Amino acid sequence: MTFGCRWAGMWAEADEARMRLYCVLDYAGDSLLLSAEAPLETTEFTSQTPHFPAADRMERHARDLFGVIFVDHPDPRRWTRHCAWPENWHPLHPAQAGDPPTPGRTPADVDYPFAAVHGNGVFEIPVGPVHAGIIEPGHFRFHAAGEPVLKLEERLGYVHKGIERLAVGRDPAGLARLAARVSGDSAVAHAWAACQAMERAAGIEAPPRALALRGLLAERERVANHLGDIGAICNDVGFAFAHVQTARLRERWQRRNRECFGHRLLMDTLVPGGVARDLPVGAAENLCADHAALRREVEPLFDIIDDHPPLDDRLVGTGVLSLENARALGCTGYLGKASGCGFDLRRDAPYAPYDALEVPLVTDSEGDTAARVRVRMAEVRASLDLMDQLLDAMPSGETTAPLPTPLPGAIGFGQVEGWRGETLAWVRFDNAGRIARYFPRDPSWFYWPALERLIMGEIVPDFPVCNKSVNGSYSGVDL
Amino acid sequence: MLRILAHILRTGIVTEPPPATDDATLEALGLELRRAIDARFGRSLALRFIDAGSCNGCELEVHALANPYYDLERFGVGFVASPRHADALLITGPVSRHMETALRRTWRAMPSPKFVIAAGQCACDGGEFGVSYASCGAVENVLPVDVKIPGCPPAPDDIIRGLLAALNLTAENPHIRVSRIG
Ligand code: SF4
Repeated sequence: MTFGCRWAGMWAEADEARMRLYCVLDYAGDSLLLSAEAPLETTEFTSQTPHFPAADRMERHARDLFGVIFVDHPDPRRWTRHCAWPENWHPLHPAQAGDPPTPGRTPADVDYPFAAVHGNGVFEIPVGPVHAGIIEPGHFRFHAAGEPVLKLEERLGYVHKGIERLAVGRDPAGLARLAARVSGDSAVAHAWAACQAMERAAGIEAPPRALALRGLLAERERVANHLGDIGAICNDVGFAFAHVQTARLRERWQRRNRECFGHRLLMDTLVPGGVARDLPVGAAENLCADHAALRREVEPLFDIIDDHPPLDDRLVGTGVLSLENARALGCTGYLGKASGCGFDLRRDAPYAPYDALEVPLVTDSEGDTAARVRVRMAEVRASLDLMDQLLDAMPSGETTAPLPTPLPGAIGFGQVEGWRGETLAWVRFDNAGRIARYFPRDPSWFYWPALERLIMGEIVPDFPVCNKSVNGSYSGVDL
Repeated sequence: MLRILAHILRTGIVTEPPPATDDATLEALGLELRRAIDARFGRSLALRFIDAGSCNGCELEVHALANPYYDLERFGVGFVASPRHADALLITGPVSRHMETALRRTWRAMPSPKFVIAAGQCACDGGEFGVSYASCGAVENVLPVDVKIPGCPPAPDDIIRGLLAALNLTAENPHIRVSRIG
């Protein structure tokens, strides 16, 4: 029934008369965009979840926000909606122009019907939304018998900020700014996907120099996040040495970001039609020297992380995501790669500037936390090489092209390999050249369900490190 | 083990005084923070961090405070796991409506006197997200705020200066708006 396709996302959009549903399927790098329509009064569609488990939460998200009904969906529970607005009010439904009758203060989401697990000695551990550390808010409900986890159920949506509705009516520059804030750690990935979608809708391509610089920015984002996460994973199992070292390297990296690109997290460095600013004079040499320095530093450090028996004790065999599960859930990025799914848009459906570069195939087969660390280390090395090549062959010329006003109703689809994996963006323009619909599909939609699976049978104290090694974005899916 | 020690020796000490954008010497800023904390909080300032709806950009910069360049802890400022152990609440993000109650409850769980520090543009004025069906906007729409640290996100050195402002020492710093010192 799935024809060997990876289910890569779905979203709804509506006008006064009709509800439309889009779904993306991937087959070895080729994307198939499917759409279906229904009159607004019925808005019933057949659920894809029975065939593609990955569709579960995105369908529930579309139902909460649009009021779409998914026939045969196995899970009738709300997802994005907590208690801030009533059940029969849908923020993206065309009939809902004003604000909902909000309660003065939003009550806590107390009556969400968590699945129950019964059995002798089975107990529940509720965690969150406020966590003990410095992380995003979400709720986790563990069922455990002794130490082993029988079941983990996630309850997200706490950082739902209404991004999709905020996007409506924005101009292209405003959308790029918003896209950079879908998930702060993926500022480049989401901004690039959104800009690519808008540029395709307008029928232009950014100049070659801008595309090369975008590639450079995306790789810088990848390196920074991997460095941070590798250290944080080590820290979670008590190996502070690696944490301090990677945090140091990451900090230096971010300072160079500010110096060369004007922002430590590279926000607002991409604009529709190109990039916000060119490389300052002399920056290319500094960056090349940085790459060489980082290579010198990470080699011995990664060697230690690779071969440190106490670390292996905690990471090897911990939180295994089987290839079968990774496939069924459509995982891309380091999570999929660590379990043997080698998909990478930069290689399998290359776009500029990657179409002129050799992106190495990075995969592992173990699917455990250690494999996720290894994949990230390999990606850091690969990114350094890619950045050198980009700087080496940096085209000259303009860094932006003017974005003509797209035709009324023009649509665009953006697809880039963010540091976390395949990142999509869907854009439709209205008649005035403003945004009528924006949907950013973060890879985390598939990371969170994977975490629920890979934690099964693990002990509760291993949850933090498993969670860190997966590192799904909350903001990126709560929207 | 030897490799680790060798690596540490090779790296040396990178910790630096928190970089300031003003002319005050960097080291002085750090020491000032240390002295202020000694005087007011008995040698330590315990922060409870809460992300009330951020895009996670601010959170990354709060994390950076612990890296060896800033090493916030050397000034006696640390993050605690429970609001009951906290002197101040450090909040990022606009307050999403879904986090409103959790935020209020966290604040209520803190012993008085308590500071509220809003870090980041979103926490200061709603930022890119503002007020909507899904967002309450600025933290001050939900809780009384003592100090605002703007920036999207504020860099770690901005956050350190904001903490100083929380201690009523650099109220004249134009970058930091101190709304109320409790
Ligand atoms: S201030 Fe900026 S970085 Fe911080 S949460 Fe808001 S959008 Fe994200």
